[in-house]
Amino acid sequence: MALTPDAVAKLAELARLSIDSQNVESTTGSVSDILHMIDQLKQVDTSEIAPLSHPMDLAQRLRADQVTEPNQREEFQEIAPAVERGLYLVPRVIE
Amino acid sequence: MHNKTIREILDDLASGEYSSREITSALLTRIKNLDPALNSFISLTEDQALAAAEAADALRSQGNARGLCGVPVAHKDIFCTKGVRTSAGSKMLDNFIAPYDATLVRHLAESGAVCLGKTNMDEFAMGSSNETSFYGPVKNPWDTERVPGGSSGGSAAAVAARLVPGATATDTGGSIRQPASLCGVTGLKPTYGRVSRYGMIAFASSLDQAGPIARTAEDCALLLESMAGFDAMDSTCIDKEVPNYSASLADSIRGLRIGLPKQYFNGDINAEVGTLIDNALEELKNAGATLVEVDLPHAELAIPTYYVVAPAECSTNLSRYDGVRYGYRCDDPRDLTDLYTRSRSEAFGDEVKRRILVGTYVLSAGFYDAYYRQAQKVRRLIQQDYITAFDKADLIASPTALSTAFKFGEKSANPIEMYQEDLYTIPANMAGLPAMSMPCGLIGGLPIGMQFVGRQFEEARMLNAAHQYQMRTDWHTLSPSVYGSAK
Repeated sequence: MALTPDAVAKLAELARLSIDSQNVESTTGSVSDILHMIDQLKQVDTSEIAPLSHPMDLAQRLRADQVTEPNQREEFQEIAPAVERGLYLVPRVIE
Repeated sequence: MHNKTIREILDDLASGEYSSREITSALLTRIKNLDPALNSFISLTEDQALAAAEAADALRSQGNARGLCGVPVAHKDIFCTKGVRTSAGSKMLDNFIAPYDATLVRHLAESGAVCLGKTNMDEFAMGSSNETSFYGPVKNPWDTERVPGGSSGGSAAAVAARLVPGATATDTGGSIRQPASLCGVTGLKPTYGRVSRYGMIAFASSLDQAGPIARTAEDCALLLESMAGFDAMDSTCIDKEVPNYSASLADSIRGLRIGLPKQYFNGDINAEVGTLIDNALEELKNAGATLVEVDLPHAELAIPTYYVVAPAECSTNLSRYDGVRYGYRCDDPRDLTDLYTRSRSEAFGDEVKRRILVGTYVLSAGFYDAYYRQAQKVRRLIQQDYITAFDKADLIASPTALSTAFKFGEKSANPIEMYQEDLYTIPANMAGLPAMSMPCGLIGGLPIGMQFVGRQFEEARMLNAAHQYQMRTDWHTLSPSVYGSAK
């Protein structure tokens, strides 16, 4: 499956990435090559096969509904790019 | 001292030959002298290491030494280490000081191991050559114009250059085994769920697994005994007792059935690699093993399946890097979308971006069934091949990598060619099986490895066979001339 540069730009937008204009062509080429490589999976007959999402095929383990995590806000915010009064700062979202 | 294995270091520490502080300090000096030429470490944790070594010596003098008490190790920079930068080889986490320890880091510290530092790696473990690291590539100690393999290239190169006797690593599609092969060391990827993933920076969660890299199978057994075990903090960690892997190393392998997949031994195999694998299999036969042909009919689909599943999971996992709570943030964002987009675009490298794009594509509406769901179905076919093959065989053997270490730049321009590097290693991740690589010869002065794949949770059998092989051969004792010899 070959993608167009516009399709790659759309994908990048969905993934919150931007691709420099000089790299659009090479990125489109390499992503298309990868999609072409994985296209061979389509030829496999899997109509009777159940998907394997996890190698151990186990059910999710449950635990008692108890508080196990202490509050570590200050520790976590020490490594944040911008905080104020215990809140994470981001650019204004609504005027 | 630097040529000692973990087993020998434990014996020497017990007999008082030298202290943990002495060997720790000697290896730190060695790293400072030699690593600038190799770049296998991203961070050295000298002060913490010396303090931990002194604490280990104190425990030993009180008669309380156990596990790996006083043994120097290094952690791949993908494991969170409290108070120490944990970069995952990315600009995104260059400023990230982990606020907690990974379970594996805690387990090794509790067993008395002394962490010397954090090893270099491909960015977010995405790569087979270490060329995608933000900190520059690691050089292969056997030939510094060549790659060490990836993504755990730093751990493999550091062990090969005798900078540290053992190191932790991770393996999503071959990232422990392929660098072990290219650097002439022994590496083990355990069964999925054997070692906790808590605090291990996620790449592809259904494939990622942590394991040891060391010189010998015996040392891998010692490391794994401390690394493995149940952890309630990882919902996919299996609650199953950790065997004493060391105890069964000396067992006879008489009657062990080693399976050879006909898809791999079909003439496509590199002739020189094939000869070395044949020689290794002959040694195993001499030790009492029998060889049987096995069929892995879907083996050739492992790479395309992997390049759907791994990018899909990576695009999801890496969506957490948004420039808000930790990690890199761009300057002067215009608005929230600009903050996300520029932070991610400025901090992720090309290979990481490429995989995020592929993952975003295969998960997008309208394509999910055709790609992701179909890949999960093929994944089951690959797993079923192994279940059937293990009726006839107890272990499956193959080369680990296509060839010896290649030169920098040789494959980096073509991602598809680079992806082929993991042809023999990816299937074990797909099926969640334990697998390991051990040195089995040199080609043109460069090492090559043989791979074993075992049944789920049969690490002990694999380590036993590898140890018996290493008792009969000396490939694992060879070191690059610049970094070995002199005790």
